[in-house]
Amino acid sequence: MITYLFLFFALLALGTAILVVTNKSTVNSALALVFHMLSIAGLYLLLRAQFLAVVQVLVYAGAIVVLFLFVIMLLNLEKEENLFAEFSFKHAAAFFAGIAVLAQLLYALGSWTGVLPEFADQMIAIGTVEAIGDELFTTYLLPFEVTAILLTAAVVGALMIAQRKLKSRDQ
Amino acid sequence: MIITSWYLALSAVLFSIGVIGVLTRKNAIVILMSVEIMLNAVNLTLVSFSAEMGDVHGQIIVFFSLCVAAAEVAVGLAIIIAIYRNNLTVDISKINLLRW
Repeated sequence: MITYLFLFFALLALGTAILVVTNKSTVNSALALVFHMLSIAGLYLLLRAQFLAVVQVLVYAGAIVVLFLFVIMLLNLEKEENLFAEFSFKHAAAFFAGIAVLAQLLYALGSWTGVLPEFADQMIAIGTVEAIGDELFTTYLLPFEVTAILLTAAVVGALMIAQRKLKSRDQ
Repeated sequence: MIITSWYLALSAVLFSIGVIGVLTRKNAIVILMSVEIMLNAVNLTLVSFSAEMGDVHGQIIVFFSLCVAAAEVAVGLAIIIAIYRNNLTVDISKINLLRW
């Protein structure tokens, strides 16, 4: 059962990732990204990381993709016409660079001789809100507070960048 | 039984799809989405190792990485809006302000 669920979520994640990259319409890419995030959340559930699955749906599928959609509608973009239409050397080089990255990752994975143990017994308890909150507010209290500063700085910076009337180049 | 290698292979493939998207697409918004796919692939690696080791620290790193991703998207989209206001395009092959 878990194997079938894994296959379902993995194929969904792969298919929607390819859709995001290859789709001509930016809105369709964003909608495919929602399904990608949801399938990743399903994989987190299979790994028994319940808290992260919920946060993934809330933050990624809920907030970040909505932000993408808002920007797409604000900019009023038209479809890209020649996405992969004309064959250019640059595209082929980029594609082979991607294949090279995949080959390196799979080679590193395949040549790793360490025997993986089965899932630990205590893992059922580690994905819960209780376990994560316990660790987050004791060991990781300082990084957690610094995250608040980071988010504030990002929001203020985003407002400043988006608001400012930048002078055009020839003035 | 799903072993951890399957999750690692899946995240490797997803990361590579993200790399190809960043390298081939010209639309800046889709490039940001591809970066999100790459971030998600790395997060999946962290969570699968965390589940295998029975260690909660990997999941906490994923939590922080989510916060950084949110900040990155906010600033990145703001930059795209600022560029669009100047040039009326998000096509990165036409944006050459910093190119010599």
